[in-house]
Amino acid sequence: MTTLTTLDDELGCPSGLEPAHQGGTADPAPFVRRKDGVSTLELLVFGAKCAGCISKIEGGLNSVPGVDSARLNLSTGKLAVTWRDKAVDPRAIVSKVTSLGYRAAPFDPASAAGDKDVEGRALLRALAVAGFAAANIMLLSVAVWAGVNGEMGPATRELMHYISGAIAIPAAAYAGRPFFRSAFGALKNGHANMDVPISLAVILALGLSIYETIHGGVEAYFDAAVMLLFFLLIGRYLDHRLRAKARAAARDLLALQATTATRLGAGGELQSISTRDIHPGDTLILSPGDRAPADGEVIEGRSNVDLSLVTGESAPAVLEPGNKLHAGVLNLSSRLVMRATKTADDSLIADLTRLIEAGEQSKSRYRRLADKAASLYVPIVHTLAAATFLVWFFILDAGVRVSMMNAIAVLIITCPCALGLAAPAVQVVATGRLFRAGVLVKSGDALERLSEVDTMIFDKTGTLTYGRQRVSNLGDIPWSALEGAASLARISRHPLSRAIVASAGPGKGAPGAVEHQGFGIEGEVDGVKARLGRADWVGASTASGDATEVWYVRGDEPPVRFTFDDELRPDARETIDTLKARGLSVTMLSGDQEAPAQKIAAALGGVEYRARLTPQEKIGELQKLSAAGAKAAMVGDGLNDAPSLAAAHASLSPGTAADASQAAADFVYQGEKLAPIVEAFDVSRLARRRMLENFAFAAVYNLFAAPLAAFGFVTPLIAALAMSSSSIIVTLNALRLAKTQPRKR
Amino acid sequence: MDVLIYLIPIALFMGGLGLVGFLWSLKSGQYEDLDGAAQRILLDDDLENSERAED
Repeated sequence: MTTLTTLDDELGCPSGLEPAHQGGTADPAPFVRRKDGVSTLELLVFGAKCAGCISKIEGGLNSVPGVDSARLNLSTGKLAVTWRDKAVDPRAIVSKVTSLGYRAAPFDPASAAGDKDVEGRALLRALAVAGFAAANIMLLSVAVWAGVNGEMGPATRELMHYISGAIAIPAAAYAGRPFFRSAFGALKNGHANMDVPISLAVILALGLSIYETIHGGVEAYFDAAVMLLFFLLIGRYLDHRLRAKARAAARDLLALQATTATRLGAGGELQSISTRDIHPGDTLILSPGDRAPADGEVIEGRSNVDLSLVTGESAPAVLEPGNKLHAGVLNLSSRLVMRATKTADDSLIADLTRLIEAGEQSKSRYRRLADKAASLYVPIVHTLAAATFLVWFFILDAGVRVSMMNAIAVLIITCPCALGLAAPAVQVVATGRLFRAGVLVKSGDALERLSEVDTMIFDKTGTLTYGRQRVSNLGDIPWSALEGAASLARISRHPLSRAIVASAGPGKGAPGAVEHQGFGIEGEVDGVKARLGRADWVGASTASGDATEVWYVRGDEPPVRFTFDDELRPDARETIDTLKARGLSVTMLSGDQEAPAQKIAAALGGVEYRARLTPQEKIGELQKLSAAGAKAAMVGDGLNDAPSLAAAHASLSPGTAADASQAAADFVYQGEKLAPIVEAFDVSRLARRRMLENFAFAAVYNLFAAPLAAFGFVTPLIAALAMSSSSIIVTLNALRLAKTQPRKR
Repeated sequence: MDVLIYLIPIALFMGGLGLVGFLWSLKSGQYEDLDGAAQRILLDDDLENSERAED
């Protein structure tokens, strides 16, 4: 039993796969769904990775009195909790999950409505029916082919054909619907897509086979028609699953923005409201750890805030009554009361969201390789099939039956099994490999776009750097001063205090220390009065330099200066050098001040950089690049980067980024390092090469197969062999991607 | 070859059984949480306390 008790004592995932999360809880009350006296709340749980997590979370919630059921879906991270109305306070559920060491966010049911994957299930059902039919018809067809030299009597053969037809026709009518529907839609709009030749081949092959069967003919194409559908449905399903996964990732991030705010009511009571219900003039409470939900003005309190996600500035700022603040600003140290001046929809975040949407629209016009191949393929095949018919009918005088048979053989044998499988199979393998490397691919064509990139643009704060402060002059600080300063700093949540504590390591806090917001901390160190804070407040002269600084004074001792900078990620230089070695040009765009940007650029081996850019200016830089013919990929994490992430040709964002940035990016990578960026780039280039190889193979295959069919050499047996072998070859080629190591520099 | 009269329907019936089984498993939501299903087998909360292995 000891295991179980320790499990419950520890926070977070018991396997240690994910760090435990501790943090504030949002009130999920606005997101509870009520139906027939039963309330349901859906939460998105982060950090659940193993069986221990399931048992911990479900067990923990079932022990909350009043909860009827709790079920965690480990694949999607969604936790559904139900209870009798009013039996449980929804806040108790979130705080229970949080107290177990997992981050939980309420899930907006409105944006989760499209959750049921109707299309995917229909495809899967069609695939199952086509698979069943293909296997059984093949069973009969093999017997027919084996008995072709007279061992099988015509009566038996006819029986086989009739049974095949009885399976194939309903199966094709059901499994072929996705293709028929899309082909019909395309024809109605006056153009042809890939599904037109597919539908034509299936319908003509079935029609001809029925005719042949009724007239006692030898050759029937029932197996080819159904197998064609089976192979194409595999490709279609893989492609759909990839897109559905990408969409779900994007949707989950959007649903996360369904956050709550705390409003001070007219009678002084606190109300929890959805951010959508904020009106200008509302008085809102920001506890430490909260983000401002709307633009507004501080009316009470004084606190340190983190602007890094909003502007990219790395140094923390202080807000006082009268100061304006933007939505998305993170409150760090103490309670603030603000008056909203705009609704959440009109706030800075919403402006950024609109910029993101504009960028995404331009991206949706991207033409994928498979589409390009299809637009070449469709007219050629149609012309070839028509020409075959005309030549056999008019020039060779072969009669309708034979001419038709050969034209259909052309349609069947050139049918795009390989083409339909080539791209999705490669993408599935590539996304799987990237997923194992900690990179989440969020859009189906992202790999193709990233492979075309020739310029990499990096944000500074939080992307190239950790986005947190670090003491930079540790060598100049005497140990006693560091320890004394740390004992004062331990009582504070200010980012600079935390940096000092991180440098000093674990220890005790100074007894009776008091934090004066915006000035510093005062307390006793070893019985002597000491202050840690602003230069003028501790009584030190403001020294030179524009670095972020804090002074420490103990009694009559000379003041000690602490300077800070934002720490560069350990493999930043290596990553940049690798990307440059791959032939990419690298630029850094920062919203931060000139001096820190210049310092980082120099540390990275003198990369090009621009500083003090607004989100709009970042997009402007991207547009300048694309006007010059470059294709740029953007890597960024801040809210201020989100519009440029959406506007760039391809984009990556770290897992620590703002939700909006993760939603806008094509790739989200995990971990403290930048190496996944190189991996994503390498895999995308490899994937592109595999795809081109597959298309080239399909072209060569058709170059041989189409003339054979046109000259009338193709029997149902040859068609079946050619079709399945070409599909297997492109799939195997795609699977190679799972193993190939990227080229070393 | 008369045996075909029996064999073909049997083969089709068995294949059909597999198809119906798959469609049923799809409908009953058995593919909704593949990761969870793989992990849940490790949970022993369906056992009585006395049956659990001591540490």
